[in-house]
Amino acid sequence: MQNDWLFIGIFLILAPVFPGLALLIPRLIAPKKPNPLKSQTYECGIETYGDTWVQFKAQYYIFALAFLIFDVEIVFLYPWAVAFDQLPLFAVMEGVIFILILVVGLLYAWRKGILEWV
Amino acid sequence: MGDPINLIGDWLRNLMTGWGLPENLATFILTVMGVVVMASFLLILDIALVWLERKVVARFQDRIGPNRLGPFGIIQPFADIIKLLIKEDITPQGADRIIYNIAPLFALATVLMMWAVIPFAPTILGADVNVAVLYIVATGAVGTLGVIMAGWASNNKYALLGAFRTVAQMVSYEVPMVIALLIPVLLARSMGLQAIVDAQQPWFILVAPLAAAIFLVTSIAELGRAPFDINEAESEIVAGFHIEYTGMKFGLFYAGELLHALTVSALVATLFLGGWRGPFVDQVPILGVFYLFVKAFLIYYVIMWIRYSFPRLRIDQMLGFSWKFLTPLALVLLILTAILDKAMEGATPLVYTLVMLGMNILLVWATVQVLRTYARVERRRVAERRPVATATEADFKELIGQE
Repeated sequence: MQNDWLFIGIFLILAPVFPGLALLIPRLIAPKKPNPLKSQTYECGIETYGDTWVQFKAQYYIFALAFLIFDVEIVFLYPWAVAFDQLPLFAVMEGVIFILILVVGLLYAWRKGILEWV
Repeated sequence: MGDPINLIGDWLRNLMTGWGLPENLATFILTVMGVVVMASFLLILDIALVWLERKVVARFQDRIGPNRLGPFGIIQPFADIIKLLIKEDITPQGADRIIYNIAPLFALATVLMMWAVIPFAPTILGADVNVAVLYIVATGAVGTLGVIMAGWASNNKYALLGAFRTVAQMVSYEVPMVIALLIPVLLARSMGLQAIVDAQQPWFILVAPLAAAIFLVTSIAELGRAPFDINEAESEIVAGFHIEYTGMKFGLFYAGELLHALTVSALVATLFLGGWRGPFVDQVPILGVFYLFVKAFLIYYVIMWIRYSFPRLRIDQMLGFSWKFLTPLALVLLILTAILDKAMEGATPLVYTLVMLGMNILLVWATVQVLRTYARVERRRVAERRPVATATEADFKELIGQE
C-alpha cells in the first residue's frame, strides 16, 4: 500500500515534466521575433475594445453553488456504498432517505428556477 | 503466473540489491522507472491517437484522410509534431504570463496522472489504492482547472467565455458522473479499481447498463467533445479557451484532449466492461493489457462516432440535459440498485443479473415515456408564435415612441 502511494506521488511529480520537456524544445529551436502587432489580442475583424476581465453572468455562480451542494453530499455516499455488505436493512434505508432528501433538494432548485438558463 | 514486466522488475531489483543498494532505494528507483515507462508508453500512444482520430474522422466525412506520409499516412503525426515544435510561440499582450504558460501543462499532466490507478492486467498496475475512484474524479477536476486557467490568462474575451462555459458544463456534468460512478462502487463494495475488476463476474455492463451509459455521456461532456463542445465552439467563440495558444502549447491541449478521451474509454472498460478480463488471462497475465486496450479502443470508437454524428447543443439545453435529466435519472437508478441489491442478498448470480438487467430496461422504458411527453410539450412551446415574430411595423413605432 505504501509503495502504491509512492508510485502516485512520483507520478504527480513526473507527469508535468513530460509536457514541460515538450514546451522546452520550441524555446530552443523555434524562431522568436515578437512585435506589438503580432501579439495583439485576437478579435473578429476589429481591435479588441475595453477590459477583458469583465463582469460575468451570475448564472454561472448559481450553477457552481448547486454543484457544490450535490457533490459534497454524494461524496458522503461513497463510504456507504463501500460498506454495503456490513449494513443492515435499516442503514440501507437511511442511505436511501439521504438520497431522497437530495432528490427533494433538486426538485426544490428546479421549482425555484435555478436550473433555468436565463 | 509470470509476466514480462514483473519479471524485468524483479530482475532489476535483484540486480540492485546485489550491488548493495538498500531495499528502499531500490524500490524508489524501480518506481521512478515504472512511472517513466508508463508515461512514455502513454505519450507514444497519444501520437498514434492523432493519426487514428484523423483517419476515422476522414472516413466519417467521406474523405481519405492523411495518406501521403508513409503507409496509410502513419508518419503524419510525427510531421505534425515537428511543425508544432518549430512554430513561433506567441504570448498575447496583457496575458498573465505564468498562468498562461503552465495551463497547457495541466491539460496533459492531469490526464497522465489518471492512468496511475488503472489496472492493465492482473499483475500489472501502477498503484492499487483503495480510493482510486475518488482519485480519478479529483484529477479529472484538476484538468478542468487547466482549461479555466488558459481561458482566464489569455486576455481574450472569447477565451474567457470558453472558460466560463467550461465551468458551467463541468460542474453540471460532474454531479451525474459521480452518482453513476457510485453504482460500480456499490456493486463491487470497493473504490479500488483492481477490486472492481475482480468483482466483475459478470461484467457490470450487464448489471448496470444504464449507469455505464450515464457515465459515458457525462464523460464525453467532461472531455468537452461534440456534441458537448460549447467550450471551444468554433462557430460561436472561435476556439474558446485555447484561442491564443500557438505551437506546442496548443499541441499539448490537443494531445491532452485525445489522451483524455482514451483515458475515459479505459475507465469505462475498467468499470463496466471487465477491464483486463478475458479468456486465458489467469494463465498469461500479459494478455490483460491486450484485452483492456481492445475494450478501450472500442469505447474510443463509440466516442468518436458520437462526436462526428451529433450537432452541438446550446448551453441551456446542455445544462438542462444534465440537471433535469441525467441527475434525477442517476439518483433513481442509485436508489433502485441499492434496494434491489440488498433485497437479493444470497441470490444466485444469474438471478441477480437478470433482475438488475430487467430493472434497468424497465427504467429505460419509463424514461423514454417521460421524454416523449416532454418532447411533445417542448415542441408545442417552441412552435408558439413569439412577440418578436408577430410585431407589426405599427407596434414597433409605438415601442420606440414615434407617431
